[in-house]
Amino acid sequence: MAELSGKYLVGVYDDDDTVLHAVPKLRKAGVKIKEVYSPFPIHGLDEALGHPRTRIGIAAFMFGVTGCCVALTLMIWTMGYDWPMIIGGKDPISIPNYIPITFELTVLFTAFGMVTTFFISNGLGPGTHFHPRFDVRSTDNKFVMAIDMSRNSMTEDEISRALKDSGAEEVNIKQF
Amino acid sequence: MHVTSPVREPLIQGGKTYADVTEDICRHVEATPTKEWKIAFGLSLIVLAYGSVCLAWTWWEGLGVWGLNKTVGWAWDITNFVWWVGIGHAGTLISAILLLFRQKWRTSINRAAEAMTIFAVICAASFILMHMGRPWMAYWALPLPNAFGSLWVNFNSPLVWDVFAISTYFSVSLVFWYIGLIPDLATIRDRATSKVSRFMYGTFAMGWDGSAKTWARYEYISLILAGLSTPLVLSVHTIVSMDFATSVIPGWHTTIFPPYFVAGAIFSGFAMVQNLMLITRVVYKLEDYITLEHIETMNKVITLTGSVVGVAYITEFFIAWYGGVEYEYYAFFNRMTGPYWWAYWAMMTCNVISPQLFWSRKLRRSITFTFFISVIVNIGMWFERFVIIVTSLHRDYIPSSWAMFSPTRYDIGDYIFSFGLFFTLFLLFSKYLPVVNMAEVKAVLRSTSAQMPAKIAGVAKVRQRGTAEPAYNKDQE
Repeated sequence: MAELSGKYLVGVYDDDDTVLHAVPKLRKAGVKIKEVYSPFPIHGLDEALGHPRTRIGIAAFMFGVTGCCVALTLMIWTMGYDWPMIIGGKDPISIPNYIPITFELTVLFTAFGMVTTFFISNGLGPGTHFHPRFDVRSTDNKFVMAIDMSRNSMTEDEISRALKDSGAEEVNIKQF
Repeated sequence: MHVTSPVREPLIQGGKTYADVTEDICRHVEATPTKEWKIAFGLSLIVLAYGSVCLAWTWWEGLGVWGLNKTVGWAWDITNFVWWVGIGHAGTLISAILLLFRQKWRTSINRAAEAMTIFAVICAASFILMHMGRPWMAYWALPLPNAFGSLWVNFNSPLVWDVFAISTYFSVSLVFWYIGLIPDLATIRDRATSKVSRFMYGTFAMGWDGSAKTWARYEYISLILAGLSTPLVLSVHTIVSMDFATSVIPGWHTTIFPPYFVAGAIFSGFAMVQNLMLITRVVYKLEDYITLEHIETMNKVITLTGSVVGVAYITEFFIAWYGGVEYEYYAFFNRMTGPYWWAYWAMMTCNVISPQLFWSRKLRRSITFTFFISVIVNIGMWFERFVIIVTSLHRDYIPSSWAMFSPTRYDIGDYIFSFGLFFTLFLLFSKYLPVVNMAEVKAVLRSTSAQMPAKIAGVAKVRQRGTAEPAYNKDQE
């Protein structure tokens, strides 16, 4: 995750519904919101913030296809070419018998590939940072909205008032 | 805006706020271990130590220390393996299948049930290693190139499928569980007062900050992981059953095995979840999170899967008679009336009759009775595997090869080892990790709470709800 710098306004909300309704209001008023941090997922919040839909599913599919190909290649090559053997009177390459392992490896590759992608795309990793940057209560019971001042043309007072109007119980300033 | 059906009782009781959830669940993680926990942990370690000695002797001396003979070549080892794998299935059912079905009640129990899955699969895997006799050769089951003897593993064999199925199941379950843990680890990290716990939880929380983008991706991958785990969990016990079903042993060679094994797995798994949860909720004072409603719902699942198992037993019998294959016929009727009749009837009583008692609402809402039946079900399911394995083997094709199996102290000791391992791991988990998924419980708190929605945030103020922006209704999933 990129290091943060500059000055941020931090709006603290005490309710998920309030913050969800605040986001479109503030955006309409011209406030550019960096991100909202919450202790649990709030449905519709990412769309309200204008985040593009995640493409992690495409990555997952690609990993799945890779797993499927690896499994089939491994089995067809070992059983059919490297050391062909007739087992149970069946063709050395008998695809129906390969279905279980193909399925398992597809799942394995998809799961691990997707989770790795998840970690990388979110900048998650051991020791990345040991606290939420804006407000420590955002993993407990508060919903925290961060506004990057360098990206907003409005003044601090205007944004602060807009945040309060939208239901924020506190507005703090965070300098990195 | 948030319509809650008045017919249903709230999932989380006691009028919890978000802060209460954090407080209630984190309390036991942050407190020093209680005396009860220390005693339980000490006992588990003693059991584990005894089991380890038996296991060490088994490996040192060889499998001859078990009661196996040339007729009954699989007995307690594979029985225990199938039993433990089966127990694991409930965790995945709760975390994956119920997620796909949007069953919100799973949120209170999924963390502990998934932990149970992982530990149960570890126990199951220990029996695979044990029954190999030479566990240092375990890597022979992997598809390694022929530096080890110019042959590849036989990919047509269900035993090799099993290697892939169990290892995939274990690792995917572990990942799924860990992903669910990250937000909660972050919560503990942010509350931590000591440097050590801050560092430990902080390291494993991976710098989680709960941004909207991260949560959106988190929910997305949870859904895909659930979608992957659902066929995966069904495939695992299917493949375990194929270890038997693809052989030509009368009593094993039946096509009903996969669905029958999967139903039995969920059946025994839910019983184990009940046992663990009934103790955990009292010890950690989680009665508001794991309510009678949860217990009753799980009992309904036990009755359903128990009935599926019962139907499978009867179908198996009918086909043994109707199919007209005399070996098959003999295998099944010998189970019922032969020398192992007691095992068969123990299985029938525990698995077919006992879950039917839950048709009574009073009984399925009784905690003591639920605990009792759950133990009975697990005993019954152990006997089911014993019946399938030993009674099918003990009458060989030639009567001169007929034999009986009697366990030695090492058969029993190795089984005890798995209990010691399981409870040690579970106790460590229940002390150092949150036993209830805080983030998920908070997410379902509003829509399922008995309290006025405004009170959930911990502030008794009147909020503007239902005023504007209907497009961002949080219940649109």
